[in-house]
Amino acid sequence: MNAGHIEYALYRILAYCNQPSANEFTATARHPAQTIGGRNMSPHQSDLVDRAIADNIALDGAALPILHAIQDRIGHVPAAAVPKIAHALNLSRAEVHGVISFYHHFRTEPRGRHLLQVCRAEACQAMGGERLAKQVTDQLGIEFHHTTPDGAVTLEAVYCLGNCACAPAMLLDGEPHGRLDAATVEALLAEARA
Amino acid sequence: MSTKLFVPRDSSALSVGAEAVANAIALEAARRGEAVTIVRNGSRGMMWLEPLVEVETGDGRVGYGPVAPADVPGLFNAGFLSGGAHRLAIGQVEQHPYLAQQDRLCFARMGITDPLSLDDYRAHGGLKGLQRALSASGADAVAMVTASGLRGRGGAAFPTGIKWKTVLDTAADQKYIVCNADEGDSGTFSDRMTMEGDPFVLIEGMAIAGVVTGATRGFIYNRSEYPHAERALIAAIASAYAAGILGANVLGSGKRFDLEVRRGAGAYICGEETSLLESLEGKRGTVRFKPPVPAVSGLFGKPTVVNNVITFSSITIIFERGADFYRDYGMGRSRGTLPIQLAGNIKRGGLVEKAFGVTLRELLYDYGGGSATGRPIRAVQVGGPLGAYVPASQFDTPLDYEAFATMGAMVGHGGIVVFDDTVDMAHMARYAMEFCAIESCGKCTPCRIGSTRGVETIDKIIAGRERGAQTKLLEDLCETMLHGSLCALGGMTPFPVLSALKHFPEDFGLDRAGIAAAA
Repeated sequence: MNAGHIEYALYRILAYCNQPSANEFTATARHPAQTIGGRNMSPHQSDLVDRAIADNIALDGAALPILHAIQDRIGHVPAAAVPKIAHALNLSRAEVHGVISFYHHFRTEPRGRHLLQVCRAEACQAMGGERLAKQVTDQLGIEFHHTTPDGAVTLEAVYCLGNCACAPAMLLDGEPHGRLDAATVEALLAEARA
Repeated sequence: MSTKLFVPRDSSALSVGAEAVANAIALEAARRGEAVTIVRNGSRGMMWLEPLVEVETGDGRVGYGPVAPADVPGLFNAGFLSGGAHRLAIGQVEQHPYLAQQDRLCFARMGITDPLSLDDYRAHGGLKGLQRALSASGADAVAMVTASGLRGRGGAAFPTGIKWKTVLDTAADQKYIVCNADEGDSGTFSDRMTMEGDPFVLIEGMAIAGVVTGATRGFIYNRSEYPHAERALIAAIASAYAAGILGANVLGSGKRFDLEVRRGAGAYICGEETSLLESLEGKRGTVRFKPPVPAVSGLFGKPTVVNNVITFSSITIIFERGADFYRDYGMGRSRGTLPIQLAGNIKRGGLVEKAFGVTLRELLYDYGGGSATGRPIRAVQVGGPLGAYVPASQFDTPLDYEAFATMGAMVGHGGIVVFDDTVDMAHMARYAMEFCAIESCGKCTPCRIGSTRGVETIDKIIAGRERGAQTKLLEDLCETMLHGSLCALGGMTPFPVLSALKHFPEDFGLDRAGIAAAA
């Protein structure tokens, strides 16, 4: 039995007890090597996860609604939320992880203050979308699916926003922008980083 | 008296500043002491004119577009509130040739009404179809769907009547109606426009499907990329419940139909119906083996109607106007109308609902006005990322499921993405394989591995390494994917690849005979 097994057993036992304080315990630095990245949740985040689960657990096929509710409220799905979700849905952690990792939309790392989703599909390509994508990565200094070091912008690729007659297009924090050119993109990015 | 103005709330209009324009109009009107009522309508679908501001005058609705916030004071100076002349004026909107020549059935209300006003919806013919469905027997109603000739508008073109009959005839304690609103094909936006611009037509179509087949619960699986559509649907469903259109007693009939919206999570494969059902059940969106078909064993193992947004909209029209009315549009075995989407490098992009039989050339030049860049149109991709690239020599093909199948292409969901002569078709073929690799659910090997090998092989062809042998290999690989894949993702990715290779070999460094050109 290694640390991972012990941690797993703890998750199961403590999740079963379903005590907020117990969940805090699993998120403390008992196993320092495993607390890097999204493994820690603040008490506030832990509450948000509990509420996201409670709000959606009665739905048939509740997994996606729960994951969306968590990501909408926290910005990503923290690894420490996985055992809670697994317990609530009577699934293994592996199954929940499998669902999260299947969908491009779900993030397991915290996102930046702004979320920029650039369409890279055909209609936008036909209107210079790839040139624009290059401009975005150059100007932000990051690749797709990364966050700027200052924490301002997370950049994601999406495949079609349904704005194909006003291409090229992107979403900034959920709001659509179309008929983009170099100048408008530069202004949008500058605003997001300000 | 207050002047009524219309500024669209459609995402495309918002993406080019409709919100700022609406605010600027409200501010300027207040400043000048003019009484205006601003209705946030859906889009008319003339996307190059967005934001298109309409003014209700004694001579009908007069349009101005595309309007920028800075144009607003000038519009007031020109007397646009009474239809005054201005450089952005397009005259009476409904007389615009782009709209006047369309066959708008599913999109009859689009841009005209307030999308979230049930009164508007009723005043424009809404709910007549549902009333008719409630007064007919299930068998008669299904016969009507069959008689209309309607085929699934999501892309597969399966006869809707057959699907519904299967669900009707399969006994079960619970049946479901699922709307596939996972409109992931690039170049398509008719589902999004409907959900944002006339959500009740979809809700009514689903309620009809429910009462006809005996299903009491419905789900709309909408994309996470469509946040505005989600908000519109949630608001419209709440109104429909409040008005007794949904719930325990649909229009006082004693029949129940409950409806909710679910959000996808950025997986293209979930547009495939069985993946969508897996996703709705809270699982990874992997493709199921068929049979059993969803009509027999679908959501949670129960008989399920899975149809596209436009299929349900068409159902509403068929029940409102009759099967004969609908069937009289179209050609051959493609009956009715298709909301076609002109996208990409096109001067007048937007939504054109026409009876089947309209040619690509009419769409691209008469409606579309040629490319946006003014350069020659070299290729169009019809039917999304899995659709073939069609060269200019085939632009006289009529939009018809069979005519397109004959030339190795597909109508699909009716999206047309236009490319001018600067396009590199080898790059587009590579992208088709790359997209398949990104979006493959991983269940079957031809799709999961084949797409990655496809990218590598096209890279070798582009780099000029054993071009002839690699081309042969690519063709073999496409053959394997075509016949060996579990669903249309792997099974149709070869269409754009092979059509690019066939029609544009020079972009791959090959001569017309497909033999490697001398290095």
